[in-house]
Amino acid sequence: MAKYIGKRLIYMVITLALIATFTFFLMKVLPGSPVASADKLSPEQRAVVEARYGLNDPLPVQYFNYMFGLVQGDLGISINQFKGAEVTDVILSRMGPSAQIGFQGMVLGTVLGILLGMIAALRQNTWVDYTSTFVAIVGISIPSFVFASLLQYWFGLKWDLFPVALWKDGFMSSVLPSVALAMFPLATAARFIRTEMIEVLGSDYITLAKAKGASGSEIAFKHAFRNALIPLVTVLGPMAVSILTGSLVVEQIFAIPGIGEQFVKSIIVSDFSIIMGTTIFFSVFLILIILLVDILYGVIDPRIRLSGGKS
Amino acid sequence: MTQKIDKIPELPKGSFERITLDAHQAERITKPSVSFWQDAWYRIRKNKGALFSLILFGLIVIMAFLGPIISPYEPNAQTITHANLPPKIPVIENLGILDGVGTLGGQEVDLYEMKNVEVNYWFGTDGLGRDMFSRVWKGTQVSLFIAFVAAAIDMLIGVIYGGISGYFGGRVDDFMQRIVEILTGIPNLVVVILFILIMDPGILAIIIALTITGWTGMSRVVRGQVLKYKSQEFVLAARTLGASDSRIIWKHLMPNVLGVIIINTMFTIPSAIFFEAFLSFIGLGLQAPDASLGTLINDGYALIQFSPHILAFPAILLSLIMIAFNLIGDGLRDALDPKMKD
Repeated sequence: MAKYIGKRLIYMVITLALIATFTFFLMKVLPGSPVASADKLSPEQRAVVEARYGLNDPLPVQYFNYMFGLVQGDLGISINQFKGAEVTDVILSRMGPSAQIGFQGMVLGTVLGILLGMIAALRQNTWVDYTSTFVAIVGISIPSFVFASLLQYWFGLKWDLFPVALWKDGFMSSVLPSVALAMFPLATAARFIRTEMIEVLGSDYITLAKAKGASGSEIAFKHAFRNALIPLVTVLGPMAVSILTGSLVVEQIFAIPGIGEQFVKSIIVSDFSIIMGTTIFFSVFLILIILLVDILYGVIDPRIRLSGGKS
Repeated sequence: MTQKIDKIPELPKGSFERITLDAHQAERITKPSVSFWQDAWYRIRKNKGALFSLILFGLIVIMAFLGPIISPYEPNAQTITHANLPPKIPVIENLGILDGVGTLGGQEVDLYEMKNVEVNYWFGTDGLGRDMFSRVWKGTQVSLFIAFVAAAIDMLIGVIYGGISGYFGGRVDDFMQRIVEILTGIPNLVVVILFILIMDPGILAIIIALTITGWTGMSRVVRGQVLKYKSQEFVLAARTLGASDSRIIWKHLMPNVLGVIIINTMFTIPSAIFFEAFLSFIGLGLQAPDASLGTLINDGYALIQFSPHILAFPAILLSLIMIAFNLIGDGLRDALDPKMKD
C-alpha cells in the first residue's frame, strides 16, 4: 500500500509540474498584454510596470521564479484585476462560497441519489423504478447550466421562493446553486446504487439471510445497502469533477463570488496570473480527490488489492 | 407445507407417443445461426428506450439539415423590427399555446398583431429579429458536427495508440502507458480551457481542445481488450499459420474490440456536445454570427426574463440530444456486451 501511494504521489508531482510548466508557457505565448490598459500608458510607464512584475526578465528566469514560488504556495501576483494582490489570497478569499455550494450540492445529490437508487432497486420494474431511472437519465443528460437557468427562472423569478442571484441572503442564496450542482451526483449515485443493489440482492448471502428469516428492511439496510454503498466511492471522482466544472457556469449564472466566477472573469480580461493560479489550484484539487478515492477504496474494500496482490 | 396430494387422475391413453432418438439428427441446427451483429440488433430492438432514442435522434439529424432549408428565413438575417417575437405556429396557435402572445409591460398581448407582423416565426425570433427556427437547427448542425468529428478523432487516436500499446506490450507498453497516466491526471476541464485560450476561437479550436487529451479513455479501453484477446488461442493459431501482425490486428483482434469501441464512442459524443455547449456558455466557444446550441443558450440566457422562448428551444433540443445519446449508449452497452448473451 505504501509503495502504491508513493508511486501515485510521484505521478501527481510530475503531472502538476507538467501542468504548471504548460500553463506558464501558454500564458507567455497568449495574445494580449497582461498590463491592462497598455495602450494608454507611455512607453516609459509601461516599462516601469513591466519591470515591477518581472515581465522583462529572460523567460527561464521568469519560469524558475514562478516554479520556485509555486513550491512555497505562492501563485504570483494579480496584475490587472486586483492591483498587485497575491493570487493565493484572491483564491482563498473566494473559496468560501464555492466550497459551500459545492459541498452542499455534493451531499444533497449523493444522499438523494442513494435513496432514489435504493427505492428503485427494492421496487425493481415497477413505476417507481422507471421514474427513478428516468430522473437519473435526465440528471446525467441535462447540462448544469440549463438546469441552473431553469431553476433561476422558475424558483427565483416566477415563484420568488429564493433569491434570483447574488450572495447576500446567506444560506438562502446557496439553495438554488447547490440544487443545480446536485443534479449530476444525484443521477450518478442513483444509477450506481440501483445496479449495485440489484446485484447484491441476487447474491447467495441475501438468500441465506432470507432463509434465516430476516425481515425485509433488515435485509435491505443491514445486508444489501452496506455492500452496495462501498463501490459508490469510485464515482466520487467524476462527481467532484462535475461539481467543479458546473461551478464555473453555476456561479456565473447566480453571480456568486466564488472561484469559478473569478476564473471565467479572468479569462475574459486575460489576467494571466489568476488563470494560472486557478488552473493549478483546480488541478491539485481534482488530482488529490482522485488519489484519495483510490486509496479509500482500497482501504474500505479488502477484496481490492492494489498493484498486484500485495499491499 | 404438508398439503395432501390428491390422487393423480388417470392419464388418457394416446396422449403420449413414443419417439425414437435419431443419432443423425442430434447435430442438426434447428435455429438459424445469428451473427454477433444480428444478435445485437435484436437486443437493441427489444430495448424500447434505446430504439425510441434512435428514432428521435434520427429525426433531429434530419431536421438539423432540413430545418434551415424549409424555413423561409436565413439563420443570420436580421430584421430588427421583428425582434423578440414569441413563437407562433399556424395550426397549434388555436390551442392557446405558441400563438404569438407574449408579455409586454406586465400585460399579455399578441406581439405579432402589435408589431404588425404578417408572417409566422415557428420558434419566435431573437433580440436581433433573427428566425430562431432556422438558427436552432443550424446550431444543432454545428454542435453535432463538432461532437462527431471530435469523437471520430478520439476514436482514431485512441484505437491506434491503445492497439499498439496493448499488442506490442513490454517496454513499448510501459512507456506509452506512463504517458497516458500523466495525461489522464490532468483534469479535462483545465486542458480544454487552456487550449481554447491559445487558439483562435472557432469550430477547429473547439475540436482540437476536445481531442487533445480526450483520446486517452478510448486508448485505455482498447489496450485492455487487446491485452485480453491477444493471449488467447485463436490468435496463437493465426500466428502459427503465419499470419502477419497487421492481419492479426485487423482480422482477428479488431472485430472483438469493435464492441467496446462503439460503446465508448457513443459516450464520447454526448460529452463532446456538453463541453462545446459549456465552452460557448462561458464565452469561449464559437464567435458571432456562428451559432451552436451552446451559444444560442448563452444568448437566450441573457434574455430569459422577457423572452424565455429564446432559451427554451435550444435548451430543450440540447437536452433531448443528450438524453437520446445516453439512452442509445446504455442500450448498445447492454446489446454488445457478450456477457449478457442469453
